[in-house]
Amino acid sequence: MRKYTPKDNVQRQAYFSDRFFVSPNVPRYEINEDEIFAKDFEKISSELPIIDSYIEHTHLVLHINKDDIVKIMTYLKNELKYEMLMELSAVDYLASKDGYEIFYEMLSLSKHKRLRVKCFVQKDETIESVTSLYKSANWSEREMYDMLGVKVINHPNMKRIIMPDDWYDHPLKKTYPLQGDEVAAWYEVDKIFGKEARDIIGPEQRDPAAIDRYDTTRFARLGHEVPNGVDISEFEPETPISYQEENAPLLKKLKPEESVVLKRRR
Amino acid sequence: MAQHKINYLQDNGAAVKLTTIDKLVNFGRSNSLWPMTYGLACCAIEMMATGASRYDFDRFGTIFRASPRQSDVLIIAGTLTKKHAEFMRRLYDQMPDPKWVISMGSCANTGGMFNTYATVQGADRIIPVDIYLPGCAPRPETLQYALMTLQQKIRKESIFRAHKKKRLV
Repeated sequence: MRKYTPKDNVQRQAYFSDRFFVSPNVPRYEINEDEIFAKDFEKISSELPIIDSYIEHTHLVLHINKDDIVKIMTYLKNELKYEMLMELSAVDYLASKDGYEIFYEMLSLSKHKRLRVKCFVQKDETIESVTSLYKSANWSEREMYDMLGVKVINHPNMKRIIMPDDWYDHPLKKTYPLQGDEVAAWYEVDKIFGKEARDIIGPEQRDPAAIDRYDTTRFARLGHEVPNGVDISEFEPETPISYQEENAPLLKKLKPEESVVLKRRR
Repeated sequence: MAQHKINYLQDNGAAVKLTTIDKLVNFGRSNSLWPMTYGLACCAIEMMATGASRYDFDRFGTIFRASPRQSDVLIIAGTLTKKHAEFMRRLYDQMPDPKWVISMGSCANTGGMFNTYATVQGADRIIPVDIYLPGCAPRPETLQYALMTLQQKIRKESIFRAHKKKRLV
């Protein structure tokens, strides 16, 4: 029998039950199902150690040891004609496996095939740069270091690419808070005015709906205006609901005793 | 009286206009506001449109200058990141007094939708702001209105009074 779900207010139901996107399991196929991949794999596996391999989303995926990365990439470029390195980055598995999974997306223009090389790097280990083979790896590896903290050796210009050079920590780690740690929260204040200015400037306002009723320098008192910058925390002046211009030309003044208040809308 | 003799103290035939120093100086200042050519994000596109011929900032006497040393208005047009905050402050410090700041768009006002680690939550944490212009992105008409509001503000100022520091300058 089908599970009962109440139908009285379907609209109010949440569209997604999962808080975060859960990726579906992608089917993996044997390498023999694709002729070109089968040939390529035969060649490379006879020369170099491959841990695991399968076809996923029409990509040939090769899991390798991190120490073999330059050898394997050289072989892929020169012998198997995967000429382009499309993308290179890392995935944070610090919580579950205490390390990063690094992936290299390759494209062969002559074969019309894509290939992905994956390797796993422990938290305190380094990985060899492939910049000498692929120019596109230069910025990708810098970004990988900047955003996730994976250290790359033998890189021609190993420094941060997106965040400022004196930034603390690596923001794309899963443990990094979205609104920044303490160093990030005070970064611009510390840099421009110095740490002693923190008290004067105050913490960041992160609540978009926050309204401070005693703030008379900004917009919190629209409709209840007081002079700019006056301290009203002790005494809040009453704001008249109605207001009439004194001695305004061409305007007739409203006399309250002559006006009539309707009991109900006509 | 000879026909060509001018009575300077009477209206119409006179080459003399009586006014105050305040009004004269503020007339000059408010009608030649030169903003800096400085855009940070998509608001800069609207700012460029405002400067171009359809909306025509030039008719307000507003001409974009390519140097902070020649400009007296800073339009913060776009998202101010924490990496860039330092440079923006430096540009502001390079501008000669008197100078004014228009914070254009939600991002410059409050950080806007970028409630993240890398965005300054309101440009007024870094530099004092005169006009906050809401919108995402504000239309060119709105930027014109902000400029006119700034002109009105300048016309009310007294030139003899030292500029009041708004926050941490």
